[in-house]
Amino acid sequence: MKLLALDTSNRPLSAAVLEDDRLLAMTTTNIGRNHSVQLLPVVETLLQQAGVHASDLQRIVVAEGPGSYTGLRIAATTAKTLAYTLNIDLVGISSLTALAANVSDEGRLIVPMFDARRQNVFAGVYRRTKNGLEAVMADRHISIEKLVAQLASQQEPVWFVGQDVAVYAEILHEALGNNFRRVADAQNLPNAFVLGQLGLDAKPVAHPFNFIPKYLRLTQAEVEWKKQHPQEDTKPYVEKI
Amino acid sequence: MKKKNLILAFESSCDETSVAVIEDGQKILSNVIATQINSHKRFGGVVPEVASRHHIEQITICIDEALKEAQIKTEQLTAVAVTYGPGLVGALLVGVAAAKVFAYANDLPLIPVNHMAGHIYAARFVKPIVFPAMALLVSGGHTELVYMPYENEFQIIGETRDDAAGEAYDKIGRVLGISYPAGKQIDELAHQGKDNFHFPRAMIHEDNLDFSFSGLKSAFINTVHHADQIGETLDKADLAASFQQSVIDVIVQKTLTACAKLPVKQLILAGGVAANRGLRETLDKQLAKSQPELDFVKAPLKLCGDNAAMIGAAGYVAMNHHIFADANLNAEPSLEFDWVPDAVK
Ligand SMILES: [Zn+2]
Repeated sequence: MKLLALDTSNRPLSAAVLEDDRLLAMTTTNIGRNHSVQLLPVVETLLQQAGVHASDLQRIVVAEGPGSYTGLRIAATTAKTLAYTLNIDLVGISSLTALAANVSDEGRLIVPMFDARRQNVFAGVYRRTKNGLEAVMADRHISIEKLVAQLASQQEPVWFVGQDVAVYAEILHEALGNNFRRVADAQNLPNAFVLGQLGLDAKPVAHPFNFIPKYLRLTQAEVEWKKQHPQEDTKPYVEKI
Repeated sequence: MKKKNLILAFESSCDETSVAVIEDGQKILSNVIATQINSHKRFGGVVPEVASRHHIEQITICIDEALKEAQIKTEQLTAVAVTYGPGLVGALLVGVAAAKVFAYANDLPLIPVNHMAGHIYAARFVKPIVFPAMALLVSGGHTELVYMPYENEFQIIGETRDDAAGEAYDKIGRVLGISYPAGKQIDELAHQGKDNFHFPRAMIHEDNLDFSFSGLKSAFINTVHHADQIGETLDKADLAASFQQSVIDVIVQKTLTACAKLPVKQLILAGGVAANRGLRETLDKQLAKSQPELDFVKAPLKLCGDNAAMIGAAGYVAMNHHIFADANLNAEPSLEFDWVPDAVK
């Protein structure tokens, strides 16, 4: 099976072309350039290098969030439109799961995280077992304080993954002491080869039509509106005219 | 038989996700529009992040419906056209990303379209555009006079210095307790009232083609607040009529001046506020009186708001002028036509 994997959840961009579980071509950048400008040219180049025509693809795997809202939408729109027009399977994989999967050591407790600003993070807790990655705590938007409180009870090393771990390193070290562990730099970046492997056997979405990123957070405007109007709604929000 | 030119057009610059199939730049085979008005009503205006989220929910559904309704298969398409600005960046990005990858996967050329050119080309569905032409573009985000000396050349010769006309409607709508979007209701209310308040006509006598609506907005708000303070209730219909008359007087005056000073054969009225009955009627009347030889073309009511059909019509013209984009096309939220302020001096 020929597969294209895309991740633009945050500042890094990673894209790969796989043939089954084998990597054909991959590009990862970490330059903070506009993903909207970069993504499709990267995909074009990768497919060319791999000698694969777009119409040969059989599956698209995309990091579906959480992450930067705009970043998520660029890969997700590209992935769902491509899957729709080629009439092939679309798989969404958690951006945090994909990052956790960079850690291959069995038995480890793994916490992938992205900064969500103002002392909040998007994070999940995973354990690597012989069967693969198991979720211990589902991905969520959580204050660093709460996350630390939950992890402090763990009597074992916790491996943190992601470039944004650096932002909270001090807090984490203070709370967890020697159980605060960091992975090698290379594992802090999303890796579309790893993402593609995760998506190889994962269940595709029922239809690309309904695929949307997992933001894990309502917009500020909606949160406030719901607070002020607990009983009301204006659904359907979108109508054909 | 000549092969049909079939453009699949995308529009997602604000709160409408739209995809259309346009034949030879002038015939609408389909024009699917998913509007988010109900959602943004909650907030009294468009919330960009909410808009972007709705666009990604809708985009492939709209493509599919547009193709099915047009009874066109992807293999029959000639090109893909897409709005790349101006507009909300997050909203634009969804349409741009979808159009780019659709074009790439199907080996189709990609045509970048300026949203404002799209609005003007909504008039193409009434009749061909004759050059030199003038366009009066009035919407929630824009109020400008655009001179088109020849095909595919757009020059801004006058524009608003502050609020767009549609923006002013929404702001005074809030004061009148009219929910977003307020334009249509104020227009209806205005027809039941009289211009008794004589609000200022900003810049009407100045020797330029620019507009300003913030002074009018302030005068309106002050009048209402002052009445509130002394416990007086003002007639809402008269307020609406007075506000609308001030907006229309300024717009019409500047438009007539522009058309008199430049050698235009046609005047096009386009943009969301072009659906305003008061504006359409006044222009009809005034033009018949002062410039009867000028061909006045109003964008069809159904195509005044944002839609992809107009993007397909403008894209067809751009394509004939060999304007294409690559896979690195980006959204340009503040895209503008060239500004030519001294065109009439
Ligand atoms: Zn518009």
